[in-house]
Order: sequence, then C-alpha cells, then structure tokens
Amino acid sequence: MSGELSGRVAIVTGGASGIGAAAAALLSQAGARVVVADLQAAKDGMGRFVQHDVTSEESWQSLLADVSKHEGRLDIMVNNAGTSGGAGSVESTDVETWQRVQAVNSEGVFLGCKYAIDGMKRTAPDKPAPRGSIVNLSSVAGLQSGAGSIAYTASKGAVRLLSKSVALYCAEQKLDIRCNSVHPGGVDTPIFDPLWQMVGRERGKALVGMRHPIGRMAEPREIGEVILWLASDRSSFVTGAEIAADGALTAGLMRRQPFVAS
Amino acid sequence: MSRLENRIVLVSGGASGIGAATARLVVREGGKAVLADRDETKGRALADELGDGASFVPLDVTDEAAWARAVAGTVERFGAVHGLLNAAGVGVRNSIEDCTLAEYRRINDINALGTFLGCKAVLPAMKRSGGGSIVNISSVLGLRGASYAMAYCASKGAVRLLTKHVALHCAQMKYDIRCNSVHPGYIDTPMIAPRLDQTIGNMSGRQWLEELHPLGRLGRAEEVAAMILFLLSDESAFSTGSEFVCDGGLTA
Repeated sequence: MSGELSGRVAIVTGGASGIGAAAAALLSQAGARVVVADLQAAKDGMGRFVQHDVTSEESWQSLLADVSKHEGRLDIMVNNAGTSGGAGSVESTDVETWQRVQAVNSEGVFLGCKYAIDGMKRTAPDKPAPRGSIVNLSSVAGLQSGAGSIAYTASKGAVRLLSKSVALYCAEQKLDIRCNSVHPGGVDTPIFDPLWQMVGRERGKALVGMRHPIGRMAEPREIGEVILWLASDRSSFVTGAEIAADGALTAGLMRRQPFVAS
Repeated sequence: MSRLENRIVLVSGGASGIGAATARLVVREGGKAVLADRDETKGRALADELGDGASFVPLDVTDEAAWARAVAGTVERFGAVHGLLNAAGVGVRNSIEDCTLAEYRRINDINALGTFLGCKAVLPAMKRSGGGSIVNISSVLGLRGASYAMAYCASKGAVRLLTKHVALHCAQMKYDIRCNSVHPGYIDTPMIAPRLDQTIGNMSGRQWLEELHPLGRLGRAEEVAAMILFLLSDESAFSTGSEFVCDGGLTA
C-alpha cells in the first residue's frame, strides 16, 4: 500500500457511520490501516471493525490491547463518536440525560485522548516513531450555543477546552503528538434522523442548510477531509487549534441574515 | 448608592472566595444574599456577620434535591429570587495522562453539572419573581487550555457554553432572565491557596501565578465581585450570553 499515510495506524471511534465512516474511508484511501471502533459494524464498512463502547474504560483497554496485537502501533486517533442527546433545554433536561450525553461526548473523548497517548507511546522502539495526531470532534455548538440541547453544547464546550489542554500537555512533555478540535456545522448524518422523520429528508436538509451562510448542509466527506488533513503531516504545525468547518455559520453577520430556525 | 436595592441573590459557594466577596457586596448595595455552601460553619458565620440582609442554606451543588431546597428556602426567607451566582467549584490540577475517569467525572459534576442544576432550579422561581440575572463562574481556563488542568478546563469550557444556552433559551422564551459567564484569572482565594507555597523551578507558586498575569499580581475576590455585581444589576441589562473576563491581562 502506498500513500501519504502508508505505515500509519488510525483508530476512528463511531467509524461505522456518518462523519466517522467518511473519515475512515479517506484515511484508508491515504494508505493508513484503519480500525473502526463502534458499537455496531456497518454493512460495507471500511477498515477493521472492533466492537467498542467509548464510555467504558474496560472497552478502551481491550481496544488498545487489540490494536497493539494486530497493528502493532498507533499514529492517529479520531475521537468522533458522539450523541445528540435530543433537544433538551435547561428546563427540560434531567440529570440522567445530562450524564448520558457527558459520558459519550465528554468522558468518551477524555478516555480516547488518554488511551491514544498511551497507545502512541507504546509503539515498539524498532519501528518508526509515531507522528501522533489526535482529532476530537466538537461542534459549532462548542463555539456558540443554540437554544437546542444544553447537555450537548456543554459536552462540546468541554471537548474544545480539553483538546487544547491535551495539545499543551503533549508539547510540554515533548511527545510528538498533536491534538486539535473540529467544529462541524450541520452535516447530513444519522444524527439528523429524528428531524428527517419529522419533516422529510429533503425538506429537512433544506431547512438546516438555510441556517448556514453558504446555504446548505455539509456532506460527511467534507468533514472527513478536514480530519484527514489534521491527521496527516500537512498540518504539522497545527496543534491546540479549533477548526470550524461550518459554512460560515459561526463567522458573523450578513446583510441578509440566514433563516434561523426556532 | 444602592445598586441592588431589594434584589435577592442566591450564591452557591457563598461561604468563601468569590462567592463570599460577592455576598458582602450584594448586601452593601442594598440587596439580600442567601449563602449556599457545603461548609455550614463558615457559611453561617458569614451570614450572621452580614445580619438581616443574609441567610444561609446548606447546598451540595451536585444534588438536584438540595438545589430545590435552597431555592425554596430563599423564597421562603426573602419572598423572591432575582439573582443567582454559581460560584461553587473545585480547582484540581491533573493532566490527560494522570487524570482518572472517576476524577474527571467528579470535577465535571461539581463545576458543570452543578452550574446546570443551579440554572435549572432557579428558573421557575426567578420567572415568578419577574425576571433576573444568572452569573456563572467559568475561568480563564474556560477560554484557554492548560497542560496541568485538563479536567478543570473541560468543566469550565462546559460552563462557558451552557451559559450561552441558558441565555438564548431565556431570550427565546421571553423570560426577562439574562445569563453570562465570568472568567477570572488566578484570584487569591482558598481555591488556589495550596498552590502558593509550592515551588515551580526557582519560583514560589505565588510568584509563578503572579507572573502569568501582565498586571503582575493575583486578582482579589472583591475585583471579581465588582464585575459580578454589574452583571447582577440592571446596569448590564443588554448583556446576555457573553463572556466577561477579569484576568489581569492573562488572556490578552
């Protein structure tokens, strides 16, 4: 296999669908050996599937042991698995929902970074040293909020700041590991299935698209490309950064404001 | 000058540090302060010192039922609630490698879940009181990362964003309730006391922390309380969902 990432090993959590599946496909095309870590396998997924629950520390330990045994190294960790947690507001969200969303989106990314560093450090000394890259999926909801889900926006705010702390720690320890957060706007993934069921897929896509200054939603591949760039050496001076890929959603004001859904 | 005349403010973490300084200022400006804290001894002592303008309720911010009791107690004692300061918090140093899942959860529960529960608990009573202002204490470490405070940064990043949610939700629901976050630098309070006597390189912990700030010193709780008072009062009537930085230039 040749390619810019040949010889590299990547783990993509939530890699069986949506943005994760697109990232897994692009990393794989670039020559990386990709481990798709997800609760359920996709029918025609890319890479090697390993059943994995990001909220479970035991699951992380067995995933890393499995990758160490089969691939023998780790270079790239894409902490993509996430949950929307519905649309609960400050008034309607209960503690159980809050904790469930934090467990997946915040604790899951924390554990993903912790075990990624461990795995990257374990690469055998006779093998090429890893040029580590950790890519954490936050959201535009980690940059600005909405009146949508309080648990979701809080969890994505946590990911944004923990990513910077991981980047600074790795720099301080002189580990060759970068860490960045990606902040997608609306992307056509299964996270929007509840909306599609309510208003229909095409109408739903148009409605969400209208909220973005460029007038449309993103396809998963467009976010996958950002992840691929952050995973590769092309972004070698980029660490601790927050990369928005949001069709200018968080950029500011226009003379004609995009439609804002209530 | 009575900038908070007859306004009733519930203060989590009111027994010490930024919470206590704010409670003193609230009472001085004509308002009432309900000190809510786990530390009953210090909380009651400060409430006694502040006299008729203050009272104390015990509160563990991670306990939703305790929040309900604190809000009910506030309304029972003073008749309404117009302000909430979420100042209770825990400052812990850890890195991505040495932080355990249990510790990550504990810090996020106190700082982030505790702030969420405070906002949620106070809203019904604040609506009945005709509106109000919620102030959440985040940190400069909710704006910037820190190699040595990973879980704390995550929890304060959560507070920064959940604050915007509360602001937008209340605006959309036309509640006349504002919500803002305050981002202090290192303030000379009990939270950072254990750090001052440590040695970092050839500096004391205090010197190291002082030099992080372009102003060359630690902040004082009263300086943060002055910003919080502005946010609790009508002087800030057009500010909501915003980040108010009080950091001696640290993030500049």
